[in-house]
Amino acid sequence: MSLLEVTNLHATVGAQDQQKAILKGLNISVNLGEVHAIMGPNGSGKSTLANVLSGRPGYTVTDGSMTLADEDLAELEPHERAQLGLFLAFQYPVEIPGVSNMEFLKASVDSLARARGQEQPNTAAFIKQVRLLAASVDLDPQFLKRGVNEGFSGGEKKRNEIMQLLLLEPKLAILDETDSGLDIDALQVVAEGVNRYKNENNGVVLITHYQRLLDYIVPDFVHVLADGKIVQSGDKSLALELEDKGYAWLT
Amino acid sequence: MSQTSVDDLVEARSEYSAGFVTDIESDTLAPGLDEDTVRFISARKDEPQWLTDWRLKAFAHWKTMPEPKWAHVHYPPIKFQDISYYSAPKSQADGPQSLDEVDPELLRTYEKLGIPLHEQAVLAGVVNANVPPVPSMGSNVAVDVVFDSVSIATTFKEKLAEAGVIFCPISEAVHSHPELIQKYLGSVIPQKDNFYAALNSAVFSDGSFVYIPKGVRCPMELSTYFRINERNTGQFERTLIIADAGSHVSYLEGCTAPMRDENQLHAAVVELIALEDAEIKYSTVQNWYPGDENGKGGIYNFVTKRGLCGGARSKISWTQVETGSAITWKYPSVVLRGDDSVGEFYSVALTNNYQQADTGTKMIHMGKNTKSTIVSKGISAGFSENCYRGLVRISPTAENARNFTQCDSLLIGGQCGAHTFPYIENKNNSAIIEHEASTSKVSDDQLFACQQRGIDSEKAVGMIVNGFCKEVFRELPMEFAVEAGKLLEVSLEGAVG
Ligand SMILES: Nc1ncnc2c1ncn2[C@@H]1O[C@H](COP(=O)(O)OP(=O)(O)O)[C@@H](O)[C@H]1O
Ligand SMILES: [Mg+2]
Repeated sequence: MSLLEVTNLHATVGAQDQQKAILKGLNISVNLGEVHAIMGPNGSGKSTLANVLSGRPGYTVTDGSMTLADEDLAELEPHERAQLGLFLAFQYPVEIPGVSNMEFLKASVDSLARARGQEQPNTAAFIKQVRLLAASVDLDPQFLKRGVNEGFSGGEKKRNEIMQLLLLEPKLAILDETDSGLDIDALQVVAEGVNRYKNENNGVVLITHYQRLLDYIVPDFVHVLADGKIVQSGDKSLALELEDKGYAWLT
Repeated sequence: MSQTSVDDLVEARSEYSAGFVTDIESDTLAPGLDEDTVRFISARKDEPQWLTDWRLKAFAHWKTMPEPKWAHVHYPPIKFQDISYYSAPKSQADGPQSLDEVDPELLRTYEKLGIPLHEQAVLAGVVNANVPPVPSMGSNVAVDVVFDSVSIATTFKEKLAEAGVIFCPISEAVHSHPELIQKYLGSVIPQKDNFYAALNSAVFSDGSFVYIPKGVRCPMELSTYFRINERNTGQFERTLIIADAGSHVSYLEGCTAPMRDENQLHAAVVELIALEDAEIKYSTVQNWYPGDENGKGGIYNFVTKRGLCGGARSKISWTQVETGSAITWKYPSVVLRGDDSVGEFYSVALTNNYQQADTGTKMIHMGKNTKSTIVSKGISAGFSENCYRGLVRISPTAENARNFTQCDSLLIGGQCGAHTFPYIENKNNSAIIEHEASTSKVSDDQLFACQQRGIDSEKAVGMIVNGFCKEVFRELPMEFAVEAGKLLEVSLEGAVG
């Protein structure tokens, strides 16, 4: 069944008078149970795609459509897209001093539950669950008392994103270069987390620069994004080919 | 406080929740201010001659004083002759026999304030109303409602009386405890202290009086709800709290006010006196009508608050959460005269739309080994101006004085202003004075990060702002801490996209 449908997506970035076209007719279709890897050179528009799908301010959709579970994403506020089940693991997770990780996660889980007409979890059980999840991605549960990402190392920030993925169990997970800057141990922890998350009822869009992540998370499809469009699609072997030949032969 | 349900927030946000106007019969003095006005007020309260003279002396000073202009606030000139200086709810001489006889408007006001029925009876002065065994406002809170200018009723008097605590309208204390009033009124804030204090001294209406006897720990928190009710009626509250040697008291002041168009002047005076080893904790949640989103209307809140740590090892702690008023001009201060005495000031001041706040504190160190702590959190949103102004003065006599000041500003949006004016006057080389300051902004990236996890932007701002204020909220009594967190979120309505 189709989860994400992106058709002929055009998007610009920047203020009204100096808009710059980044996405120029992008198509992608993700079904439940699938993992799609998106690769491409620096500046090709990978993060832009993630930002446009999740509704980050500053981007304008100028043409095309994007739906998640048949709902038109363009019509929704960012928090409504999240409530619908769209999750973005940030390339650069932001620090929020003064708001503890635990408080942040509770607010998130409560907001999502309320929007979906579900009951909010019991606080004690919730805290226990979060502690276990933190430990499962090698995060010291002490981190949970600190401000969101405050003073976290790059690797800790990325593992925190994966912890949130496991906690929130979204329908669609978009991971924007979660593997960048990680050593091999951290990479394995991240990959293990994603593998634990994925199942027949959700989908993963894996934005990455390096094929090494794909040794641990096996994609069903690999797409190459260049100059705002998908220029080539294939299976896992495409990633190996790219590793070998680079992107130049495609652009 | 982040646990507050969103439903509550949505409801609270739907309108300025305390913005109701009650239409109660009241006798109000015609606008205008001269010696006769002062005499009238004094006569209405049946005051002794010395107090009438005291007021007249204050009035004579006031006439010679210029309006202060140094604060970082702007407003059209106040027409002091257009203000009515006295108003009292009618017919309370012989109180109602049951709630049925109480003005239903008054009861509705209580309801909006969330006061339960049995307590309403007590508050409304119903004859023979039963005082509930377990107070319901918080676990242990006594309330003295100042409804407009006259305190209508006082609860839990008996329990307090058992402990020897006096908690009553100051107009009553003038008669029941004249020696305390005569000794302490104006002892911390003299009549000519400043323009607004002089005005208050001349025309003060009513307020609370508290006396905690030697060695007594007040058995409950004392609380006053202030309300401005009459159109064009200035509020000139006067509060006096005396903690005798070795005693302890925690006092809560909360304000709500009706929605209206005209600007209203509020010039209160609060004096605190802590004798040897005594401790006073004074907490305020200030929620006067701030004006509409275009800066129309709202209260002018020009307040003088000062405490005297008169005895050795005494302690005075001010905690304030200021979210209301069109203009706030307020510097709760501590004079540290006793050796080893301690002064504290914890403040959250939030301004949105066109609100202006110029607030801070003064810590005047005179005794040896005196210590003061200042933690100020200013939050500006909309087109507002938020200013911290603080003075730390170390007198030559203050050996080994210490001060720590932390002054943080948080900006929401790009149109508002935050300013910091810390003044230090050090006349003693042994003093240690530390000052930390920071300015930060709620960034779009932070808001988006919250939204991406399902948290809407208003809730997100509330969460970030509450986090920013944590150190101050920690100092508030429990029931106030919850209310304060909620207030900030309500007050920031419309501050983000
Ligand atoms: N906020 C922005 N303002 C201006 N240009 C931007 C902005 N965000 C991205 N861009 C530009 O858009 C292009 C695509 O960026 P991005 O989507 O981050 O690429 P990728 O993630 O594939 O490296 C780049 O040329 C980048 O400089
Ligand atoms: Mg990128």
